Amino acid sequence: MDEIERRKQRPRQNVLQDVGALAVGLKTTLGERFKPHVTVNYPEQKTPRAERYRGRHYLRRYDNGLERCIGCELCAAACPVGCILVIAAENTEEHRVSPGERYAKVYEINMLRCIFCGYCEEACPVQAIVLGPEYELADVSRERFVYTKDMLLEPNPDQQEPLFVGTDA
Amino acid sequence: MIRLAPPDPFNLYSGPITHWVILVVAMVAVIFVILTGAAYTVWFERIELGHMQRRPGPNRVGPWGLMQLAADGVKLVFKESFAPRDVDRILYVLAPAIMVLAAFLAWAVIPIGLSNGFTYWIANLNIGILLVFAVSSMNAYAILLGGWASNSKYSLLGGLRAAAQLISYEMALGLSLVPVFMIVGSLRLSDIANYTVHWGPYSGPLPLVILAPVSFVIYIIAAVAETNRTPFDLPEAEQELVGGYLTEYSGLKFVCFYLGEYVNMITVSALASLLFFAGWHPAFGPFAWVSFLVKVILFLFLYIWLRTTLPRLRYDQLMRLGWKVLLPLALANVVVTAVVLVAVQ
Repeated sequence: MDEIERRKQRPRQNVLQDVGALAVGLKTTLGERFKPHVTVNYPEQKTPRAERYRGRHYLRRYDNGLERCIGCELCAAACPVGCILVIAAENTEEHRVSPGERYAKVYEINMLRCIFCGYCEEACPVQAIVLGPEYELADVSRERFVYTKDMLLEPNPDQQEPLFVGTDA
Repeated sequence: MIRLAPPDPFNLYSGPITHWVILVVAMVAVIFVILTGAAYTVWFERIELGHMQRRPGPNRVGPWGLMQLAADGVKLVFKESFAPRDVDRILYVLAPAIMVLAAFLAWAVIPIGLSNGFTYWIANLNIGILLVFAVSSMNAYAILLGGWASNSKYSLLGGLRAAAQLISYEMALGLSLVPVFMIVGSLRLSDIANYTVHWGPYSGPLPLVILAPVSFVIYIIAAVAETNRTPFDLPEAEQELVGGYLTEYSGLKFVCFYLGEYVNMITVSALASLLFFAGWHPAFGPFAWVSFLVKVILFLFLYIWLRTTLPRLRYDQLMRLGWKVLLPLALANVVVTAVVLVAVQ
């Protein structure tokens, strides 16, 4: 009601004022025409991501090459959509994969279900699972979205390139 | 037909066979040029809309996105030509055909100065501009029939709006040009474009916008309404009517409507340059057509500029503007011009 009352009280515009308003509008759009674009050409250019962006998961290693994951399944328990499958196995002296008692024999994440909430990262007692900056995860079949341990595990420290650059252009 | 300045050195136009050969070649040429022009008008519109919204617009297919329309065309042609169950089959197909036919027919009488004394036309009718009006009114049939035949509420509403809108603005459009005819004394488009004055030291072609500025303003507004462009795009008003008369059309039949709209845009831009801005004058030697082309492109830009700036009119506003503002203004313009002409003579 207030708005209607206010409009009624406002002095009636004459034709010249209307044409002036039209000119202001045209000037505005023409001005925008020559300003720099606010969009980026996506596949070639990318917008910077936040340092703690939650993208594709990685399973990390210690500096000596041992896997961090101890197969405790806390990530799977914390996962709100249940997209993580962990099957643990015992470490032995001959076959030592992680420094603890057990390691993850199978570690799978269904990326189609994952909502990238980062609860797995929070739940992990040894910071084994982390969410990285990568977000271009498109693929051609449903099966290929189930990421296995081979795909998730980061390479050994000697052959490793820095994964977590935080932001990139 | 193409006419040379020293008229017809080889008797080509009067020859029984060469006459038809030249005619057909000219027709094919104009269809090719206008089709390409319409495609690049769409490209131009999308680029300019993009820039004015601070984004690049199509830039993926070909350099600067120039092949975008080829890609879109191929996509649309290969789409399923789906027709809803209860459409009126004959009218449903006839409507887009009328749209394209009417759009191209207008180009039969539009002359283009190619270079000095070398003008292109298919038919240099002495009632040229009347033919353009007659043909462009056929758009109303195309849209109305398309809306009716689709057997859909949205389409019908769009079609009815279009019919009312086109009738309202046809009047103002026609009357806005009467002063031009009175000044030039001819309805032939090439005569109007070649209108020359001998004012003291200046002797040469004169853009008629100087003599008839009110006519020009009315023409531009009415032409935007006539081609169903924003801010007068009520027939297709996508926010309220889904797609108006276009709702039930897909594939090639949709292309026909779309093409018709853009050809009409070029037609009214070409007419505006011919009638009010002396067409291909000033003619720079063999580049008279450049002068014409630049004017047409500027008018197309004006269209796009208006589209990106102005919101759509309400239906009652549209009717009020047409009948209560433009029509009386056009009539007054005719009377005043007549009085001034008599006084000057």
